[in-house]
Amino acid sequence: MATRDEIADAIAGMAIFADLARPQLMGVASRFEEAFFAKDQKVLRQGLTGSGFYVILDGEADVVADGQKIATLARGEFFGEVSVLLGEPPTADIVATRPMRCIVLGGPAVEGFLVDHPKVMYRMLQASARRLRNANRRMTASQ
Amino acid sequence: MAGSLPGAKPFPPGEYAVVVVGSGPGALQTSYFLSRYGIDHAVISADPGPAGMFRKWPFFQRLLSWTKPYAEGAERASRAFQRWDWNSLLAVEPELRGIAPEFMDGSSDFPSRPEMQSNLSAFADRAGLEVRYECRWESTRHEETPDGERFTLVTTDGEYRCRFAIFAVGVAEPYSPSTPGIELSVHYADTRDAPSYAGKRLFIIGKQNSGFELATGLLQWASRITLSSPSPAKTSIETRSLVGVRARYVQPFEDSALGGGVDILSASTKQISRAESGALRVQLERSDTAAPFSLEADEVIAATGFTCPLRDLPALGVATFGQSKLPAQTDFWESATVPGIYFAGTITQGAAGLKKHGIPPNSGALHGYRYNSRVLVRHLVAKEFGVVHERPSIRAGDLRDHLLSEATRAPELWHQKAFLASVVSLGGDDGIRDEGIMPLTHFLDADGGDAIAMTIEADGTSIYPVVYVRRDGRQEEHALDPDPLHDFEREHYRRALGQILGRLSSGSNAA
Repeated sequence: MATRDEIADAIAGMAIFADLARPQLMGVASRFEEAFFAKDQKVLRQGLTGSGFYVILDGEADVVADGQKIATLARGEFFGEVSVLLGEPPTADIVATRPMRCIVLGGPAVEGFLVDHPKVMYRMLQASARRLRNANRRMTASQ
Repeated sequence: MAGSLPGAKPFPPGEYAVVVVGSGPGALQTSYFLSRYGIDHAVISADPGPAGMFRKWPFFQRLLSWTKPYAEGAERASRAFQRWDWNSLLAVEPELRGIAPEFMDGSSDFPSRPEMQSNLSAFADRAGLEVRYECRWESTRHEETPDGERFTLVTTDGEYRCRFAIFAVGVAEPYSPSTPGIELSVHYADTRDAPSYAGKRLFIIGKQNSGFELATGLLQWASRITLSSPSPAKTSIETRSLVGVRARYVQPFEDSALGGGVDILSASTKQISRAESGALRVQLERSDTAAPFSLEADEVIAATGFTCPLRDLPALGVATFGQSKLPAQTDFWESATVPGIYFAGTITQGAAGLKKHGIPPNSGALHGYRYNSRVLVRHLVAKEFGVVHERPSIRAGDLRDHLLSEATRAPELWHQKAFLASVVSLGGDDGIRDEGIMPLTHFLDADGGDAIAMTIEADGTSIYPVVYVRRDGRQEEHALDPDPLHDFEREHYRRALGQILGRLSSGSNAA
């Protein structure tokens, strides 16, 4: 992975960017930066401020809260948005479980990006709603 | 270290513990510290002399990195002066420190390219650094031997075998996108003399510093200048960091705002073709509406960046990422995928650290990577060559003032914000110890005893100290307030830090 064209190709099939035309995908590719994380490398750290919004291009990561693995994230999934939107530190570590490539947008740039791309914001909202629904189901099932 | 006869090229092919590739400031700085630790190493370079990119660039012959020769309260040989001097290499010997001002003629706090080249050449001479010049690294082998893993660097002068290879080869290979018709453009690296653009309509692909450097330098020559890339351009003043177009190059923004013959577009370049008139037709697509449009230009310059000339390292397994093909690196600038291969110089921007608030460290520039080199060598010699570093003792009563002094003056913290930290260990039988400068991510991820890391950080609106406390295996982050004069030794900070230290376990005796 390297060029903006290639990143635009890679994200074209992802749900969060599904409504974007090619020029907008190129805009995403130039606005985000690519990042690589080795196996076992921490991407986000629970309790530390200043994180960003990440979309996984390739690879996998565990979501680890208070030392407990609570989920696994893979290609096309994203993380860090809750921390950025609320202006609070992440509530979990994100740890690469194999080499992982992401695109990342620094926290201060996220609001402007979402305002410029309301369709992405809507898709993000849908995904967040699904996560909330699933969490509620798990809570209900455990009671 | 291999000696050399007078007049002979140093470092003949053979076996060395470490081979450094390059002769720019990153390579010189790394070789300097390896030498001071007495590590057997060779330095090879394809160039005919020292200074790397500064032998040729920036195109308009004036750097973006300043040195303020008369900074308040900072002798040139002092550590504090480094905060105001972005262009001198680091040295142990006082006479080798802060030498950049010697070569500046007083016309600007940004050295000219020749002044920078002289500065770096003088450092190499005075420090006695040897380089085997005009020796081009061509390919690499990675082999298991009875003595362990070895790298073989095949060069124009022969083969070099080593345990550790440190590549400081810059981000210097021109990159152009695969846009149809891009062959009708020239790359920034091939820009001609400014007068040859007199009266020309110029289209520049790219809105990074290199694009705006050309636009600024050609304002008086070109008849019209258009800059375009898909995303909006921001200035370093807006981002309050080195992310964005530097203030030196803001004139095109003003000309654009005033309708003065410069246009700054957010659009993708879809195609470049030759029109019947002989001019170039540039077809564009607006980023906001996807609407196509086109314009004519006499010249197209691709200010689209550079990539790392890593040759066959990716084939050896070195993972790369991003448009610049930077190698993925550990906290100590070792390849994340091929142990034993390290990087120095501007390539170390491939280790971005926490990149808090989206702001990267300044590892792409000399004033950032000179510290990376020192930390890298300090780490390497301790890990692989049995060097035991001094860990000066700090009296408990001095800890608070020590940390606040570091926050106020330590150049490593100021130049490598949220990336390099000044670390003090608290626990253990040997009391409070100054562990020196280390990558913040290493501090955060290491399983160590109780300790404190002091950093300087920025969030795009202000600059402030942050104290990281590791206590009983848990991490805490305490951001202190910003100060309008960046003086973090005021009573307010002494009280705030005193409260943090006071909450540490009484066993540490740190407060």
